[in-house]
Amino acid sequence: MADLSTHLQAHAETIPQTRPAAEAQGDRKSGFQPGPRGAKPRKSFSRRNILLYGTLIMVSLYYLVPLWVMVMTSLKGMPEIRMGNIFAPPLEITFEPWVKAWSEACTGLNCDGLSRGFWNSVRITVPSVVVSIAIASVNGYALANWKFKGADTFFTILIFGAFIPYQVMLYPMVILLREIGLYGTLTGLVIVHSIFGMPILTLLFRNYFTSLPEELFKAARVDGAGFWRIYVQIMLPMSLPIFVVAMILQVTGIWNDFLFGVIYTKPDLYPMTVQLNNIVNSVQGVKEYNVNMAATLLTGLVPLVIYLISGKLFVRGIAAGAVKG
Amino acid sequence: MAASRPLSLFRNLSAKIAAIPMILTALVVFVGGTLWTVAYSFTSSKLLPKWKFVGLDQYERLWDTRRWMVSIENLFIYGLCMLVLCFVIGFVLAALMDQKIRFESAFRTIILYPYALSFIVTGLVWQWVLNPEFGVQGIVRSLGWQSFTFDPLYNADIAIYGVLIAALWQGSGLIMVLMLAGLRGIDQDIWKASRVDGIPAWKTYVFIIIPMMRPVFITTLVLVAAAIVKVYDLVVAQTGGGPGIATEMPAKYVYDYMFGGQNLGQGFAASTMMLLAVLIVVIPWAYMEFGSKNRG
Repeated sequence: MADLSTHLQAHAETIPQTRPAAEAQGDRKSGFQPGPRGAKPRKSFSRRNILLYGTLIMVSLYYLVPLWVMVMTSLKGMPEIRMGNIFAPPLEITFEPWVKAWSEACTGLNCDGLSRGFWNSVRITVPSVVVSIAIASVNGYALANWKFKGADTFFTILIFGAFIPYQVMLYPMVILLREIGLYGTLTGLVIVHSIFGMPILTLLFRNYFTSLPEELFKAARVDGAGFWRIYVQIMLPMSLPIFVVAMILQVTGIWNDFLFGVIYTKPDLYPMTVQLNNIVNSVQGVKEYNVNMAATLLTGLVPLVIYLISGKLFVRGIAAGAVKG
Repeated sequence: MAASRPLSLFRNLSAKIAAIPMILTALVVFVGGTLWTVAYSFTSSKLLPKWKFVGLDQYERLWDTRRWMVSIENLFIYGLCMLVLCFVIGFVLAALMDQKIRFESAFRTIILYPYALSFIVTGLVWQWVLNPEFGVQGIVRSLGWQSFTFDPLYNADIAIYGVLIAALWQGSGLIMVLMLAGLRGIDQDIWKASRVDGIPAWKTYVFIIIPMMRPVFITTLVLVAAAIVKVYDLVVAQTGGGPGIATEMPAKYVYDYMFGGQNLGQGFAASTMMLLAVLIVVIPWAYMEFGSKNRG
């Protein structure tokens, strides 16, 4: 069995990524092909290239400006902000706003900074990601390989559910959670995230497991392996990439959630996004823009780091989740 | 797989147990919850849901409320601009990225990174960039153009466009990626053929490539439309619905009435209208996409 699964793992790694063969296809525009093949080489400073790269650089600047402004503002002192230009780099770098945002910023209820929200978010995100992926992967596996009567109907409802505006289901969910005594608790919020993450994750896993060769599943069946054994010993080792994609999707999604956090938890347990909004949009006191921007950056940092590290997998996740639907 | 053999509840039992969460979610939360909300939108529930049938009263009141009308109007302006601009920007950027450029992944990383950030972060950043005193307007004025005015978040007439700028910044990268995937899926021989025939590139795009990308466009359309109807956090963070009620959105109306105003009936009615709007988009699409046959 171990032998079989290593063989399959090798196979799984050759499953095409989102961008198939485009590079290998060759010389459509003959742009930067090295060597003598293809059309006549062009000068790299042709008008077309200047226009092309000029446009792309301008666009990139537009996308980068807010990040730049955030970082610069968070490193300035308040007097410098009042004097000047939000785009200018700080004359005197100070990390005080960051310290203050993390440990002293006030939300109107308490003044212990964003750190509380950060840890709440961690305590919400970790179990939610684990639970939702565990449920959805087993589910997707059942749908791909163990179809039972009616399975497709439930799946269709589930996918439709992904499009229903959450607003329609918010209050019934409140009632359900209140009935089982979990309204306003972290566990309750974890359940909510698992439920609302289920459609897209199940779809992701189902599509992935369907794309694996069926012979493999049949061979294991012939060898006498059952539902769980095939899942644990064959499917799991082969599906590391899709688990990573699902994790990226869920961690960013849950970390960035605002609506569920504000409805299903109490102020003590508010996730970081909710607390950030309360800090920045709080009406009391003098506005400290540098602290606000430091707090905003801190909140955005986790998904940003995940995005930068995961790169192509992130793109693959959203493309798989979106286009295949 | 089990179809050919005799049925019984206990056949394939593990798979059924594994599917219990999905079945419960689908039936209880998605179907049950939706029906419950729709049903209670016909009652006069205030602080707590109460089964006192009042017919279409809540809907009449809803459409008489100025705030709801403003929300709907905003949703239309925002939605239309968002759709058109997202598609245009997304497609043009994807076409540029598809020119075998150098540093493609660097450009893509830059254009897509806002998508990793939450709407709250997006809203707060743009609130600061568009701040009339210190932001864009302040800087242009300090450069000497004293009469320059650009304060979308403080001018009720154009506030919704301030939200739009932020939403485009956050979401257009995703559209670009989807469109790029679509462009990459097109057979390269088409380009060769059109080049042999001497057709200019823009004509190839408009008359050949874009019609071929119809499926990608439709999927993108559904995704963007569903996201537009749900827009909530962005407005809360960036403007709080203000100035006045200039940037109110339906989703915010629902939240405020359900959890703030303690007028559940209104919240239910408004959310049912949102559901209706989504169904109008999704059902024809689902019909086209899955109606004829199930693609595995």
